[in-house]
Amino acid sequence: MEKEFLESGLNINRRHFLGKAALGFGSAALGSLMIPDLLNGGSGSENELPLGFTHFAPKAKRIIFLFQNGAPSQLESFDYKPLLNEMYDQDLPESVRGNQRVTGMTANQERFPLVGSQFGFKQYGQSGTWVSDIFPNIAKITDDICVIKTIHTEAINHDPALTFFQTGAQVGNRPSMGSWLSYGLGSENKNLPAFCVLLSKGRGNGQGVYSKLWTNGFLDSVHQGVQFSASEDPILYLNNPDGHSQEDRRKMLDNLASLNEMSYKDFGDPEIHTKIQQYEMAFRMQTAVPDVTDISKEPDHIVKMYGSDCMVPGTYASNCLLARKLSEAGVRFVQLYHQGWDQHGSLAQEMPLQAEDVDRASAALITDLKQRGLLDETLVIWGGEFGRTNYCQGKLTKENYGRDHHPRCYSMWMAGGGVKAGISYGETDEFGYNIVKDPVHIHDLHATILHLMGLDHEKLTYKYLGRRFRLTDVHGKVVPGIIA
Amino acid sequence: MSCKDGGTDTTSLKVPDKVDFNFHVRPILSDKCFACHGPDANARQADLRLDTEEGAFTPLKDYNNQFPFVKGKPEESIAFLKMTTSDTAEMMPPPEFNVHLNDYEIKVIEKWIRQGAEYKPHWAFIPPEKAALPKVKDKDWVKNEIDYFVLDKLEEVGLAPNEVSDKAYLLKRVAFDLTGLPPTLEMQEAFLADDSEDAYEKMVDQLLSNKHYGEKMAVHWLDLARYADSHGYQDDGYRTMWPWRDWVIHAFNENYSYDRMVTWQLAGDLIPDQNIETQLATGFNRNHKITQEGGVIDEEYRIEYVTDRTNTLGKTFLGLTMECAKCHDHKYDPISQEEYFSTFAFFDKVPEKGIVGTIDASFADPPFIKITNEMKEEILTFINNRDTGYVDVMVMKDSVGIRDTHVLDRGNYDAKAKVVTFGTPEAIMEFDTTRFESNRLGLANWLLSEDNPLTARVFVNRIWMEFFTRGIVKTVGDFGMQGDLPTHPELLDWLAVDFRENGWDIKRLVKQIVTSATYTQSAVVTKKHLKKDPENNYLARMHRSRMKAETIRDMVLASSGLLNPEIGGPSVKPYQPDGMWEVASSGRGTLEKYVQDHGNDLYRRGIYTFIKRTVPPPVMLTFDASSRDQCEEKRHSTNTPLQALVMLNDPTVLEASRVLAERLNAEQISDEERVEKAFRSIICRPVKEPEQKLLMDYLAEQKATFKEDPTKAVEYISVGEYPIIENRDEVAVAALMQVIHTIYNMEESIVKS
Repeated sequence: MEKEFLESGLNINRRHFLGKAALGFGSAALGSLMIPDLLNGGSGSENELPLGFTHFAPKAKRIIFLFQNGAPSQLESFDYKPLLNEMYDQDLPESVRGNQRVTGMTANQERFPLVGSQFGFKQYGQSGTWVSDIFPNIAKITDDICVIKTIHTEAINHDPALTFFQTGAQVGNRPSMGSWLSYGLGSENKNLPAFCVLLSKGRGNGQGVYSKLWTNGFLDSVHQGVQFSASEDPILYLNNPDGHSQEDRRKMLDNLASLNEMSYKDFGDPEIHTKIQQYEMAFRMQTAVPDVTDISKEPDHIVKMYGSDCMVPGTYASNCLLARKLSEAGVRFVQLYHQGWDQHGSLAQEMPLQAEDVDRASAALITDLKQRGLLDETLVIWGGEFGRTNYCQGKLTKENYGRDHHPRCYSMWMAGGGVKAGISYGETDEFGYNIVKDPVHIHDLHATILHLMGLDHEKLTYKYLGRRFRLTDVHGKVVPGIIA
Repeated sequence: MSCKDGGTDTTSLKVPDKVDFNFHVRPILSDKCFACHGPDANARQADLRLDTEEGAFTPLKDYNNQFPFVKGKPEESIAFLKMTTSDTAEMMPPPEFNVHLNDYEIKVIEKWIRQGAEYKPHWAFIPPEKAALPKVKDKDWVKNEIDYFVLDKLEEVGLAPNEVSDKAYLLKRVAFDLTGLPPTLEMQEAFLADDSEDAYEKMVDQLLSNKHYGEKMAVHWLDLARYADSHGYQDDGYRTMWPWRDWVIHAFNENYSYDRMVTWQLAGDLIPDQNIETQLATGFNRNHKITQEGGVIDEEYRIEYVTDRTNTLGKTFLGLTMECAKCHDHKYDPISQEEYFSTFAFFDKVPEKGIVGTIDASFADPPFIKITNEMKEEILTFINNRDTGYVDVMVMKDSVGIRDTHVLDRGNYDAKAKVVTFGTPEAIMEFDTTRFESNRLGLANWLLSEDNPLTARVFVNRIWMEFFTRGIVKTVGDFGMQGDLPTHPELLDWLAVDFRENGWDIKRLVKQIVTSATYTQSAVVTKKHLKKDPENNYLARMHRSRMKAETIRDMVLASSGLLNPEIGGPSVKPYQPDGMWEVASSGRGTLEKYVQDHGNDLYRRGIYTFIKRTVPPPVMLTFDASSRDQCEEKRHSTNTPLQALVMLNDPTVLEASRVLAERLNAEQISDEERVEKAFRSIICRPVKEPEQKLLMDYLAEQKATFKEDPTKAVEYISVGEYPIIENRDEVAVAALMQVIHTIYNMEESIVKS
């Protein structure tokens, strides 16, 4: 009955809830942002929803997902394949490639010449984790992270692969991972959205992002990811207009509440009280959000740790710092997207720039969380939508090369939140083309992430157009090997 | 137990005296059993199917002449025993399925078996018939046929309808429902002063012939048709489908019959008397997303587009979740995978490619029509002729013999199985090739055939939703086994048949609805309502409902006098916070940067706001608009703090407040009259005394505040690009603007009461 309990709990009778909450405007407002079905749902049981309800004890409470948009090469980051250097410019054996379909970009290429990393690899930490030279800071935290070398996916193009990673389906307006968690667990902070989205761009060849990646799909739209911006308004229209102070706003809202109360007397519609509460919550957000997004008061040692870029709004470093602050304040799911990892050509030039932009801040985030005692309850995820080919796309020279999209294997890392620290999980063959041990499909990763958050991926469902949907569709197996 | 999708929580229900298969039993069996014992032959377990009568009374495999159900004898019905056992090895559904029957459900099945275990065909697949109008007690209340059915239910459950709505509220409701715009002050005054018997009907007729009616009606259709101004994938380049959007508005305004709308949109290129307009209408099936991502596999995406059309056909015209049958037989409804691809075949003969070129290769991929100025002047006169040149619009076209259509194993584009011919799901209605041509025109005729049980029902249900917030069948996109049952089945059928028999006349249907006593009753919610019918299933009151995203914008612009009432033309880009497109863009394509429009284009209706699919207009999304990613049959209606922030701080609302304040201040009237007029313009009813007092006190206080700090007044009124009125009194304008802005933020402003 657990699932049904969850469903019914989430769809708690709005009027019942408001019947109690309408007495004080403050108390019910949290519901709207937190579990909006509460305020908008149709029918439901009379059960009060236990907030933060999980199927079993969670290992992590919050997630920060550092999405590397465009697909960073595993062969220049975490999956060390010296054979590719030895076999420089030799053809990828047919037996290795098998029946793998290739993108339209290399389908017409006459040959598939192998190419190894231009950058050196070393082993780090007690774990002896291999990391390439362009990620010197991540190299220092290897004992805190779990590198998974055997992620595999289905799509071979950016849009469907990104969509698949974020929503569990290549096409279709399915809810994003963060929306599912918002739906399942709500927010820990009544003045902040449960699901926040931060965007940044790197210096490499970029691929756009799309709001469907943080869509609520068929879930209530309050589970939609709220995009934060680097402009003066961190959230859409957060700031009061010029010439209108927060005291003026207070006065306006008091008058508004009185007017709306008059309407309530005429109509008796509980929705009017909900509206009053939403305005109160908006008012509180106007203070709460700038408090969180203000990084100007961060101490020097923190700025130093993330790098001076972190003081420039809209950079990856700044977003990492902001992610820590949002997460610390109780935001359930902070989703970063950093563009620029699509190295079809000029990999040797672009990849170090990309790495430089993210290496320091990514590592700093882990260290920062650890120092605050938050790493244990925060799951941090780092990686992109697919891997890259072990053969060169375009012209291969000693100085430069490119890599096409590769779905069969690639590397990501996770840290904190119940993940085994200091391990490398899974193995690929010496060509870095196929998985030979412990594959982790995206569906498996989703199942594992939900598991760490205390949710059974088969039980977190939502019925829409006659079918119970899940983040993992009808697939997914929890990967015990990476769970501490 | 409870389900979100408009479903009913059954735990506290009383088991009915007479259990009905369609209304009580099938919803349970469908939800809990059909996934393994239903239409999907490949997923079927133990050779048992419970979705057909034959299956339910066939001896069970591996059981010694025992049956799933035995009429009158639950204790001998193996299926029932399995549902009730506590033995986890025997239990059905198996414990690991996380789907269980609750006590109510078990009691219903038990009683149904005792009463004879009668199977009936699914209600939505039986062609509708006009039932006799029910006998009701309160005949005086009834205005037309709709009311008989509604009142009959109300009397049955012991509720009485509300009083007729106050005239001002009623006018606001019907004006927004028919035109998406507030009634003007003149209309309000005339209507309130008109005591004649047919005052309301005259108003309805006036609104139905208003040129903005088409815009209002088009919005929902654009959601279904997933209309947008960009291609939708990855770099997301520009496309020019807006002439098709203008056609939809035109079709509603000219009251094209629904059969014409269906035929032209599905097969305007195949009808005998086709012309450029009928071809343009087929753009309906080209509004899906198209990729421009370098490196994609052509066929993978071409199949994706045909899939999208097939699924859209299902949701839009049939109210069925066709998409569930692409990878396997449908789990709940009688649609086999082969039937899915037979329907798919109608859309599979287009001479098109999955990818034509990368970003900005094309604003209209082939096949398309070239609309010239000449055509705009001669036939397509409804196209807003602002572009001096031509415009290309994607349309449908068939190339006979271009390719065979195959069943695709598991729906994969490269897993071709058996070749199929044109067809439709047999359980709905046979696609008889002696009656219907084997092409999209045949498909349209099949939809519009008198024997088709779904088309008319699904459409009248949609129209009903436009006025009553939700359909008679709440799941407007799912009339299948998992969908909700109609709250008023006889009414739905009566309306469906009446609609078809009267030439599929949409305005007639709309008029029937808005002139019913049901629609014109007040929206007051009483304690009794909340206790007996909190969801308002029985319609003892009118729904209070929040306006759609587009309508909220239109209300703000129209009430302030800013609205540019122009109809049609290329979409426009109003105010939007800086950087929203740029930060998400790869940096390629003409839509990389948001280049805001100016002047009159800032004040167009919401339906004309440019939709870039990967970054849809943020304010619209905040108010639950569709992202137009795919066919959307129903919008949410949420109530969130982010919406409050928009109404409080969006320059569109602030500018409207400023401009209205300037205009009223320039009039030689008293402050009382100014506040009263602003209130009527926005809330569309006379201000009540306590409201007026509060607002006047607020105005006085604001005047004092701004007088102390005139710089603040100047700052506050410096919003928006609309030219300022010369010689304005800045303090007075700022104070009035503050009051007006408060009125805009009243709950009632964006709600139809």
